[in-house]
Formats: sequence, C-alpha cells, structure tokens
Amino acid sequence: MKAISVEEAVAMIPAGASIMVGGFMSVGTPERLLDEVVRQQKTGLTLICNDAAIPGKGVGKLFDAALVSRMIATHIGLNPKAQQQMLAKQVDIDLVPQGTFVERIRAGGCGLGGVLTPTGVGTLVAEGKRQIEVDGKPFLLETALRAQFALVHAFLADYLGNLAYALTSRNFNPIMAMAADTVIVTAENIVPVGVIAPDHVVTPAPLVDFLITNG
Amino acid sequence: MDPQVIIARRVAKELKNGDLVNLGIGIPTLVAHYVPSDLKVFFQSENGLIGTGPIPEQGMAHPTLTDAGGRPISALPGASAFDSAMSFGLIRGGHVDVTVLGGLQVDAHGLLANWMIPGKMVPGMGGAMDLVSGAKRVIVAMQHAAKGKSKIVAKCTLPLTSARPVNLVVTDMAVIGFPDGKATLLETAPGISIGEVMAVTDAELVVPDIVPEMKI
Repeated sequence: MKAISVEEAVAMIPAGASIMVGGFMSVGTPERLLDEVVRQQKTGLTLICNDAAIPGKGVGKLFDAALVSRMIATHIGLNPKAQQQMLAKQVDIDLVPQGTFVERIRAGGCGLGGVLTPTGVGTLVAEGKRQIEVDGKPFLLETALRAQFALVHAFLADYLGNLAYALTSRNFNPIMAMAADTVIVTAENIVPVGVIAPDHVVTPAPLVDFLITNG
Repeated sequence: MDPQVIIARRVAKELKNGDLVNLGIGIPTLVAHYVPSDLKVFFQSENGLIGTGPIPEQGMAHPTLTDAGGRPISALPGASAFDSAMSFGLIRGGHVDVTVLGGLQVDAHGLLANWMIPGKMVPGMGGAMDLVSGAKRVIVAMQHAAKGKSKIVAKCTLPLTSARPVNLVVTDMAVIGFPDGKATLLETAPGISIGEVMAVTDAELVVPDIVPEMKI
C-alpha cells in the first residue's frame, strides 16, 4: 500500500476507464475521490455502482458533470439527471438485480467465471443469457464483473491499509475492494497499526493499493 | 380510515414472532408502525442491517446509519451490520421469512410486476427481483386500483418481477391469496362488499362461500 494525495490518485485514472464506486445512495461513497474526478474532468467513464445517488451527492456528481458514458447499476430512480441522460441515449445504462450485481462483482474478485442465480428467470433480465438447470431448477448464468479501478470508502484504515467499515456505509465497499486492478481508498479515520484488531479487519491490507492521505 | 393504514395494519397481522422481515418502500414501510410491541420481529434493510429502528430524534442521525433510500434510521439493541453480498445472500438464500413489496400489477396466478413501465418509468429493479425470488413469503401491499383501473389483472401487461408467484396481496379493499394457483378472495375490507371488490377487479376471482371481513 502507498499513501498518496487525492490529486495524484485520480491522475492515474485515464479518461474512458472503468471504475467501481462503493456506496449505497452515496452512503459509504468516497466523496473526495469523486470531487477530484470531476475537477480533473475524467470523461467517458464506465461506472459500476449500485445506484446513481442524487444530483450533487456521491456518483450523482459524475452525472452532473456528464462524465459517464456507460453505467452498470441496480437502481437510478432517485437521480432525474441519470434518467434523462439514459433516455436521451447519452449514457448506456445496464440495470441489474441488486443480488446479481453484488455476486457478479464478488465472482470477479474471487476468480470465478460467474454465478448461477434464480433471480431474473422468466423476466426481461434473462434475455440473451444462458439458462442452466441444476437438480431440475432453472438458473441464469451471470458473468463475473471487474473494473480497472475500485474507489472505496472505509471508516477506519490503518497505516498498512487494513480496513474496517461502519454500519450501512459498508455495503459494496469490501466486495469491490477485491474486484479491481487498482484499489484506491479514502477513510474517515487513519489510525495506527493495531487499532483495528485482526478479528475486526474486513478488508486485509494487501488488497489496498493506495490510501488517500488526510488534508 | 386512510387506505394505506388499512393495508399496513392488515399486513402487520401476517408477521410472527422471530420473523426476519424486509419491507419495501412506500406502503410496505408503514407496516413497521403497526407491529404489536410484544412481537419480536427483525427488520432487514437491504443496504446492510438487521434490526432497523425508527428515525432517530432530531440531531441524533448518523451518516453511516441509513435505510435503502439513504434516509437516517436507528439500530435496535441486537442489531447487526453486514455487506451487500451477505444482505442478498440472506434474501436470495431463503433466510428472509417475509418480504412486503409494493406492486403495479398482480395477475390471476399471483405473478407480480412492480419495477418498470416501459418508456415511462425505468428506475431499475433494485432488490425487488431477488426478494420475490428468494423470500419464504412474498406479500404485496398496494392500492386495489389506480385512477379507477384495477391493479389485479388477468395477465400482467408490464414486465414481470419474477416467475415465482406471490403468496398474498393486501389492498385497501381485499385480501387475495392464490390457493391452487388461482386468485381467491380471502377477506374484504371493513364496509366493502364482495360486489364492490368484484367491480374493480379485472382478474377472475374465486369467491369462497364464506369471505370474512378483515380484522384490523
């Protein structure tokens, strides 16, 4: 793990990159990284995030600045700008059931080719997908999902990069921290090694590539 | 009584001691207000919490403790927090005893459409498809009709949420179940006659000899 400034971290992300962003309706989202993505005007992004948040918050800022060209999400209904950009075909949005979304990312981080899920069988979600029967029950084959960058927010990070999360701000963060080539983390609190007890570490330090320094 | 309150009170009667329950947004959220205080029910918020409690008092909200809409909640003693893979493992894995969801249409066989109106409203399915596929019991809580049009239809014209039928539909006019896969009138709301229910129901309804009035 290397500790760097938010400017240096975002400078590594090229225009057109694929980024996973933790958070659920912007709760547990790395706001400082997103502010810097907007400031550096990283255009043409493929965004993998549960939802589009609301304008002005979380990944909603990326839609305000029209930086997203493609999104994989489960729900965008609370961000009218994301909906408008989708209906105007400025953004290509792939809507995925939430349990499938998280399992595809988990599979991507765990070396699996995908998962078999009953969710979506017999619905629009099944279109174009392989259906596989196991013990007489139908499942959809949902392929693994990875990104070039994961932007993760933790409650605690120690000097080595061990991470712990708080309540509902955990959500997709530890799953995404497994599923990207480069993992960049912001934390509410940076603490000495040992403050997070081994049993309470959720994301082990070797998964974290860059920790954003304070200030 | 307010139609939404009738629905929420009746749904609350379906919950049993020890149940793990997931409530959708809208009318389903109201159900939590009508659970008797002596009943121990665990409410799951799909963004990663079991043991959700009421909105905290003014000034006591915390940014890391929210419901699936991002609004502040509290956590009751005995609550637990987890990531989204665990949350949906609970949902899809059959660990959730009851889910209560809103609906746009339910058809004569109990199939539900509740996530999109093509060309008009495409918010995304969020957790709805996993909840209907995986929860042990699925209860739909919705108004019987919208703008005079029945929401209990012969066949859903809107995209389905799941191929799995729901277990029970509770509306402001009736309780409908699906024994033998056929929509059946189980109860009528207070002051509503069977004829009034039939008049605003598009689906063919099986009407048993005795149809009691909802107890709320």
